[in-house]
Amino acid sequence: MIRKLPKITVWRAIFAAIMASGLYATYLRIFYGLGGSTNLSDKFPWGLWIAFDVMCGVGLAAGGFTLVAMVHIFNIEKYRPILRPAILTAFLGYSLVVVGLLYDLGRPDRLWHPLVMWNPHSVMFEVAWCVTLYSTVLFLEFLPVVLEKFGLHKPLNWIHKISVPLMILGVLLSTLHQSSLGTLFLIVPEKLYPLWYTPILPLLFYVSAIAVGLAMTIFESWHSSRAFGRALELPLLMSMARVLAVVMSVYLWIRFLDLSHRHVFGLLSQNRIETWLFGLEIVLMVVPTVLLYQQKIRSSPGRLYGCAVMVVFGFIANRLNVGTTGLEAGSGTHYIPRWSEVAITLSIVAAGFLIFRLVAQYFPIFEAHSAEIAPAEVEETEAESIEVA
Amino acid sequence: MSKAILYDSTLCIGCKACEGACAERWGLPYNDQIAAEEHISAHKLTAIETHGDKFCRRLCMNCVQPACVSVCPVGALQKTALGPVTYDADKCMGCRYCMQACPFQVPSYEWSARLPKMRKCNMCYERQSAGKQTACAEACPVGATVNGDRDDLIREAKRRVAEKPDQYYDKIYGIEEVGGTSVLYLSAVPFAQIGLRTNVPHEPLPETTWRVLELVPDVVSTGTVLLGGIYWITNRRAEVARKEGRR
Repeated sequence: MIRKLPKITVWRAIFAAIMASGLYATYLRIFYGLGGSTNLSDKFPWGLWIAFDVMCGVGLAAGGFTLVAMVHIFNIEKYRPILRPAILTAFLGYSLVVVGLLYDLGRPDRLWHPLVMWNPHSVMFEVAWCVTLYSTVLFLEFLPVVLEKFGLHKPLNWIHKISVPLMILGVLLSTLHQSSLGTLFLIVPEKLYPLWYTPILPLLFYVSAIAVGLAMTIFESWHSSRAFGRALELPLLMSMARVLAVVMSVYLWIRFLDLSHRHVFGLLSQNRIETWLFGLEIVLMVVPTVLLYQQKIRSSPGRLYGCAVMVVFGFIANRLNVGTTGLEAGSGTHYIPRWSEVAITLSIVAAGFLIFRLVAQYFPIFEAHSAEIAPAEVEETEAESIEVA
Repeated sequence: MSKAILYDSTLCIGCKACEGACAERWGLPYNDQIAAEEHISAHKLTAIETHGDKFCRRLCMNCVQPACVSVCPVGALQKTALGPVTYDADKCMGCRYCMQACPFQVPSYEWSARLPKMRKCNMCYERQSAGKQTACAEACPVGATVNGDRDDLIREAKRRVAEKPDQYYDKIYGIEEVGGTSVLYLSAVPFAQIGLRTNVPHEPLPETTWRVLELVPDVVSTGTVLLGGIYWITNRRAEVARKEGRR
């Protein structure tokens, strides 16, 4: 029997090219060290792998805790259908953050050291503990999906019993480390450009993580509906878009107040790279916020998706600015990531997409809710979607 | 009593004897090519910089309240009672937060090593523990680098400035910078002109993150009560609704 070869599509070719370059970059990283695979230097010790793979990775996975809080703690049942994909994204996200860390740490074999050698004064120590514990929580939150698939009901019941404290713990741990990623940079007041350095960085990181978590949920719902030919949960996403618009508004307002209280608006008149990057970041956040307030935009899947993408890119721009570009002038140096840094980052992202797709294909991620929801509620949801259509 | 180093730029003749002594003490190679490098790195833990006709020596400031010690997630860096900031390479996992946090950009990394370490001056902790002078102070032929108790050295520096006010810039670098450093500088010109960072805050940097970190127990306890309470209220409401609906 002749086995059919997988069809070569443009996306598959791009994926293969990214993975191949990532593989070669991995070889460089292992055999030639950080010096042979990155453009980092004594004056610029953190680059793309920290600013994107870790800081953006953790933030983009924030949908997990946001939705868990909405569904399980605030008991907003209607969001339940998108809870599982959000938890899956979060679990995958954190796993990939660890992969990114293995590349970035000088001694990846000592990743476990902070768990044994304590320094409670270190923000990094707190982040290490929170991320470890939260990954465990996410694993337990995701486990029911696997248990369901294989019909293991006994352990399923055990997890159900501890689920409430588990969910609360997850939200608390997320609150701590999402904000702590901002706290990391409080130690560099003389290096980070004043448009970004503020004592309330932890608060800004926290609120923006909630926003991007919601945006990512819209993003992945849209993609999975296309990939699996599912109907889009539009009414649900529309109401989530409202929440997103409000969270973004709160974020932007705090940001504005902070800038004005620190009297740094004058800096915007300077023709510097920082001014333009700051502008880009703010535009990518303001535009979708304004658009999302309009019913017309929210009810169109394409436009809704476009807004979510803008929020995601605004978020990424912010984290990259705080983690790299905003530090260049203060560090007295320039940093452009080497190709191998970019290749590994892209490989990690590509691997994320692939694993999500595979898991969603073989495990009850999307169909689960139909069995859980009572018939009356389904009718209600349908009525709503008809109304919108 | 905490130890310190006083470097008097007006006395320094740029002979680089300190660099050679430092390399020898660490077992690092030292030759003409390395001597020509005017910046500290993983293979050169102190360096003499030339700024016009002035010299400036760079080395770890061994801060009184070091940012690097506070940020290290594994406690590889320690501030000793003697004064030096020491480093335990066996603990270090290479996150390089110390390098990011250091306001003087001192810690250097062995970028091309497969099992890299951070490198920095530790003010000859072993030598000073044994009652000896730092290698650099011992090697200095003109007394531009002297080693002693921090309080004594501050007094000595003030005496020099008071005695010859026309030869010195009227400040001592390292008394107030980041809450105090164990390396003190005297100069004929404002410190920025010999390459020292003058934009560093005068408060100890660990404070900046500790202000937030110390809130963690509050956030956890308040959060638990708040989230638990919200859960209890919202789910009670749902329960009631379910029961009433069934009736």
